[in-house]
Amino acid sequence: MPETPNLACLVREKRGCDRVIATRDHVLPLDEFEVASSLSAHLASLRERSVVLIVRDMAKAAAALIDLDGWARRIVLCPPEWELARLESAARDAEADALVFDGDVSAPPIPVELAASCRLPLEKLETPRAACCETEWILPTSGTSGPPKLVIHTLRSLMGAIADAPLQHWATFYDIRRYGGLQIFLRAVSGQGSLSLGGDGESVGSLLSRFGAARITHISGTPSHWRKVLMSREGGRIDPDYLRLSGEIADNAVLGALQALYPRARIEHAYASTEAGVVFAVDDGRAGFPASWLDGDSAVQMRVAEGSLRVRSDRCALRFLGANAPPIADKDGFVDTGDIVDRRGDRLYFVGRRSGIINVGGVKVHPEEVEAALNAHAAVRVSRVFARKSSITGALVFADVVLRDGRMPDAASERQILAACRTRLPPHMVPAGLRFVSDLPVTDGGKLARHG
Amino acid sequence: MSLSETILDEIRSVAANQNKTLAPLTDDLSLNDSGLDSLCFAILVARLEDITNRDPLGSAEGARFPRTIGEFVALYEGALA
Repeated sequence: MPETPNLACLVREKRGCDRVIATRDHVLPLDEFEVASSLSAHLASLRERSVVLIVRDMAKAAAALIDLDGWARRIVLCPPEWELARLESAARDAEADALVFDGDVSAPPIPVELAASCRLPLEKLETPRAACCETEWILPTSGTSGPPKLVIHTLRSLMGAIADAPLQHWATFYDIRRYGGLQIFLRAVSGQGSLSLGGDGESVGSLLSRFGAARITHISGTPSHWRKVLMSREGGRIDPDYLRLSGEIADNAVLGALQALYPRARIEHAYASTEAGVVFAVDDGRAGFPASWLDGDSAVQMRVAEGSLRVRSDRCALRFLGANAPPIADKDGFVDTGDIVDRRGDRLYFVGRRSGIINVGGVKVHPEEVEAALNAHAAVRVSRVFARKSSITGALVFADVVLRDGRMPDAASERQILAACRTRLPPHMVPAGLRFVSDLPVTDGGKLARHG
Repeated sequence: MSLSETILDEIRSVAANQNKTLAPLTDDLSLNDSGLDSLCFAILVARLEDITNRDPLGSAEGARFPRTIGEFVALYEGALA
């Protein structure tokens, strides 16, 4: 028997609470896992296999994860938007010999020995559940551009930041096949409450209505998800006790606007990555985090080298998947997050990704820092900085801007916003021009889509 | 407005935005002495590209890099001719 409990065992421990995982299309009663499964007829033959999980519906994904953890050797969590070529390469890297697919569509043409359909509602288990191994969870990294790498976690590394908690009904805007969403799924499954999920292109208005009807108390999403909530009319449908932002830099503008909309809620912005795991959560309502956290010898150790935050903890991924993959950590066990931090007084601020830097005549600009200055303007809801090629300086900073409350730009808008930027930013960081847009695209992972 | 007036207008506007003091704009004023730094020029060239759809400084035609305001204007006039 493995030392750590598996998911089915965590679900069984909390039985009798009438807990469900709900999407728009399915309601999954967790107590039924005692006697039923989404993979019923196939479960025995999936034992110790490396399984690619390719389902569209998030309730099915949740059911298959509960069924497979502690039973399959590996589970590869594939986000629903992955195209065939990416699925094939993930299956190859994970040496997959089985796949689990939606029961109501045909199996994707990936060469594996066994294709098992996942069905809801759950069907009766033929033999009682047992655990046979500690499953490797294979997750894609959440880069905002470029192909994702695959990393290996275990249930133990994934649950390192999750402590026993009182009754909490969770909801998330994330897909549970991404690290941020998976954290919420695991909190819910190991806790006492229910979980409400979205997916399949459901609008933010519909999500908020369902989450409100489910009386959720705890909810998480990226700052981009939350800006969509702030821009919708349905924000008042939920009344959470706790609100969590993660996956992108939370600036004071979004934190302040959310606290104004939900005055009762405790608001935290968490810092985590698929590679480094959950690092910390900040709940003082301000962007950044206390510099003193770098010196602490808590379960998570942090240090800054070459500008970026490095993290060592047992929540970090074990390694990258693949024969020629680079090491995930340095010789001391620290994972380089690639997130650049800047110390201002007694606080550290995230200023952007090392890979996203715009080089303006040799001066390096982090798009996120410029966006924070733009977003701080009272008329701006959200912005996205991009580089424009320049024959003089190599590149120039430009930005797309969405105004608050559907306001239309007038002749003075650009001038006023840029004038405010000039008081906060050095000249090379001030956008050379703005484009006013009505909306900004968000990736399937819930992050502001950036140009590759 | 003529092309040359448009360009001089944009030069003044960029300089004002960037808090630069411009020397009097004459044809033979050296660009290096104009008061504009390379960031100002980059912004100016981007703005003129938006207006004229041309970036004569970015084209690989082997054009001589302008040294004076007059040459700078002439470069755009040539590109649009």
